[in-house]
Amino acid sequence: MKAWRSPGLWIPLVIVVILAAYPALTDKASTRETVFNVLLAIGLASSLNILLGYTGYVSFGHIVFFGLGGYAGFYLIDVLGWNLLPAALVGGAVAGSIALLLGLAILRLRGAYFALATIGILEAMKALVINMDFLGGPTGMELNFQVYKDYGGAGQMLWTVYWAVAAIALIAVFLSFNVKLSKFGLGLMAIREDEDAAEVMGVVAQRAKAYAYVLSAILPGILGTLFFFKQGVIEPGSAFRLHMSIELLVMVMLGGAGTVLGPILGAGVYQVLRVSLLTSDVALLGLRIRDIQLAVAGLLLLLIVLFIPSGAIGWLRSRSNVLRRVLE
Amino acid sequence: MVDTLLASLTDGLLIGVVYGIAAMGLTLIFGVMNVINLAHGPIMALGMFGVYLLFTQFGMNPYLALIPVGFFGLILGIVIYAVAVNRVIDAPHLSSLLATFSVNMIIIGLGTALFTTTFRNVDYSSLGTLTLGPITVPLTRLVSALAALLVTGLLYLFLQRTRLGKYVRAVANNRTSAGLVGIPSTRVLAFSFGLGSALATIAGGLIAISLPFTILSGSTYELKSFVIVVLGGLGNPVGALIGGLVLGLIEGVVPVFMKTTWVPVLEYVLFVLILLVRPQGLLGAKR
Repeated sequence: MKAWRSPGLWIPLVIVVILAAYPALTDKASTRETVFNVLLAIGLASSLNILLGYTGYVSFGHIVFFGLGGYAGFYLIDVLGWNLLPAALVGGAVAGSIALLLGLAILRLRGAYFALATIGILEAMKALVINMDFLGGPTGMELNFQVYKDYGGAGQMLWTVYWAVAAIALIAVFLSFNVKLSKFGLGLMAIREDEDAAEVMGVVAQRAKAYAYVLSAILPGILGTLFFFKQGVIEPGSAFRLHMSIELLVMVMLGGAGTVLGPILGAGVYQVLRVSLLTSDVALLGLRIRDIQLAVAGLLLLLIVLFIPSGAIGWLRSRSNVLRRVLE
Repeated sequence: MVDTLLASLTDGLLIGVVYGIAAMGLTLIFGVMNVINLAHGPIMALGMFGVYLLFTQFGMNPYLALIPVGFFGLILGIVIYAVAVNRVIDAPHLSSLLATFSVNMIIIGLGTALFTTTFRNVDYSSLGTLTLGPITVPLTRLVSALAALLVTGLLYLFLQRTRLGKYVRAVANNRTSAGLVGIPSTRVLAFSFGLGSALATIAGGLIAISLPFTILSGSTYELKSFVIVVLGGLGNPVGALIGGLVLGLIEGVVPVFMKTTWVPVLEYVLFVLILLVRPQGLLGAKR
């Protein structure tokens, strides 16, 4: 396996492993929660990157797969009494199959039309779930706390879910590296540059796009089950949150769309920034930064979009040949 | 049954016209510069607060307050264009989407800190109600709908009859050629963005007169505007009015037959279906 020797693969993998191991060494609950959020974001952002960064299709509603996987897994655990692991896998499978069906329909749209359709699907799904009484309707579902006993109590369960999310984050990074270097990935990038030209060159665009869409939906589905199992509750508002979807876009853009390391960096920086803005006491023009954290984040996003649209990693890659060889 | 239906029909149509001009702002911007303005909702919310503040602080008639509010929207839009949009106007879609979304975050962030998220309403019910057979409507709703129609008419005249309006249409048609014949396209783009924002603030103000709102309410109406814009055909201002009426009808009539919670399901499914089957909108010609 030549890929294993490539620094483009092991640099991101080592970063994620060190990050994931860190809370286990310090053993502080607050650190673990912060890192948990970063790892979750890495898994989601790296998945989104396959569609957004490689294929160039802007999905504003990608969180729909997180919510769908969450609901599917939650239902299996809560109502049918399944174990977490098979439930999470089914959550991923459900997200993947729905992505295939939706993808075949909406991937015919391009540019702004596709972006709008993804928002529509997210909102339609949310509104639909609100009407599904067997899924708890607008109030959602709540886990019986007894369930956690099977996983060694609530305290142990938190660690189990933590390691599971860390594993998914690693798989997401591994996957996005391998897709990027594969013939399939090259096809996707050709579609991003010019879809019609790619088709002329023999890329079967419809099929490649559908695969990319499914691939980018499966891991978010699994993560959805894990996340909502840990939360113990799931409701339509938190499962299908447009804002979270856009936060993922920001992370990918921040680090660099279409790079392997970018979403990791973006997820880390964004989450850490959010936490530090939320807890800061600095005041600006009489307004506490804490109260206007959304505005500060917006300002940062604007500066990145306007001045470094290729993101941090993209910018570094364009700066030096050495970095271009090392960073993927 | 017929009475309830008639009443909901009227309700739906009256609010539909207001939705229509909100969507017109969005579709105008898209038609001219191919940018989907994701700050549309917060700009509408600013319009709501504009009318609210002028009414509660200065005792201004809320309908008259729409004029300064619309002017504020125009200036705001031009500023947003100059700061956030101009640089990414030719970049891939993602850039302009994210740039306008960051404006959305800035407005919501500052707005939440300044105004909090408690519900406000413009308590202007002194107009009373109007009864016509089985139908009873608050007169404010009727006046709002008429005001919205007036704005639509003015916009139409502006785009068809004035020189600046013709500039806007020329730039929408082909920016490069418009530049070649001496139209200052960047300034026209900035003005169009301002015009779209002015429509958004006026629509927001009209909604604030009849319904309670918070700084976050804009996002609901932004989503409705997306649905309307797609119904009427992206970039088609007249279509937006029709789309608004269709959406208003759905919202008015559907709850008579099924649970209100099914309304958004229908709206969004219709939205995606139209994107797939007739992306040129209900009215648009086959391309």
